[in-house]
Amino acid sequence: MKVNVVVTPKAAVLDPQGAAVRDAMQHLGMPEVRSVRIGKFLEIEIDEKAANLEARLNDLCRDLLSNPVIEDFQVHGLESAK
Amino acid sequence: MKFAVIQFPGSNCDQDCLAALNGIPGLRAEYVWHKETLVDGFDAIVLPGGFSYGDYLRCGAIARFSPIMKSVVNAARSGTLVIGVCNGFQILCEIGLLPGALVRNRSLHFVCDMVTTRVEVGDSLFTHGCGQGRLLRMPVAHGEGCFFADEVTLRQLNERRQVILRYATADGRITPEANPNGSIENIAGICNREGNVFGLMPHPDRACEARLGSADGAKIFQSMMETIEAGRARAA
Repeated sequence: MKVNVVVTPKAAVLDPQGAAVRDAMQHLGMPEVRSVRIGKFLEIEIDEKAANLEARLNDLCRDLLSNPVIEDFQVHGLESAK
Repeated sequence: MKFAVIQFPGSNCDQDCLAALNGIPGLRAEYVWHKETLVDGFDAIVLPGGFSYGDYLRCGAIARFSPIMKSVVNAARSGTLVIGVCNGFQILCEIGLLPGALVRNRSLHFVCDMVTTRVEVGDSLFTHGCGQGRLLRMPVAHGEGCFFADEVTLRQLNERRQVILRYATADGRITPEANPNGSIENIAGICNREGNVFGLMPHPDRACEARLGSADGAKIFQSMMETIEAGRARAA
């Protein structure tokens, strides 16, 4: 199965990349763009027969895939494993 | 006195650290490969700069899981001096030995420059040989050196005197212009609550000889040596 993990910078963390892209979008004909935040998208192939998948994946999202000091994460696609 | 320099795949200041440390009288430095599981018999541990694991995912995010890091954490918890420079600082934050995180420079530019830092804590285990308010000139070279901590953490860092170095102007003022990367409150280096783990973005290892532009970095390593000697004297 495919699981998607989305990692986003926390609101309090500056995102200069996002600000640069926002400026570019505004200059390229979309002045209505208010803000852009850039995170990461991880597409993970995973053996759905594995035990205790959700808890283990959540642990690794916290410990490896994101840094809780600066980032939040969401896991999508696990629902189909249940 | 013996310092360990941990080598990760992608470290690129390991040789700078080794050369700088071996150039200080009374000090000997040895490499320890990250796949080792024990970092015993050393008086201090150095995590050098570079791009461990290509900076993939986040700077230091993968290196923190290297086999050697368990031993580094144990050593830190038992009071051994640990210093992380640049990528080493990022690894120390990722593994949680230091609070906060280092994110993309506010300018989005990689900065490679000589900077001035001001010693904010003149009696720390790493800077007591420098003196309060002393200015240290050292090079920086990083793309992700913008220190971030949430409000509570930042207040605690200040209250507990854990902010060791701030970026300053040549005459010692803390201004936005002196800040090369957008770090919160111009923070260039912090220590843990116990004071024995120190991370900084500037490179003391590249500032240990006047002919390289500055010898100020050596003061940090010499302070560490004095700390270790004082500890030995107390134990004896």
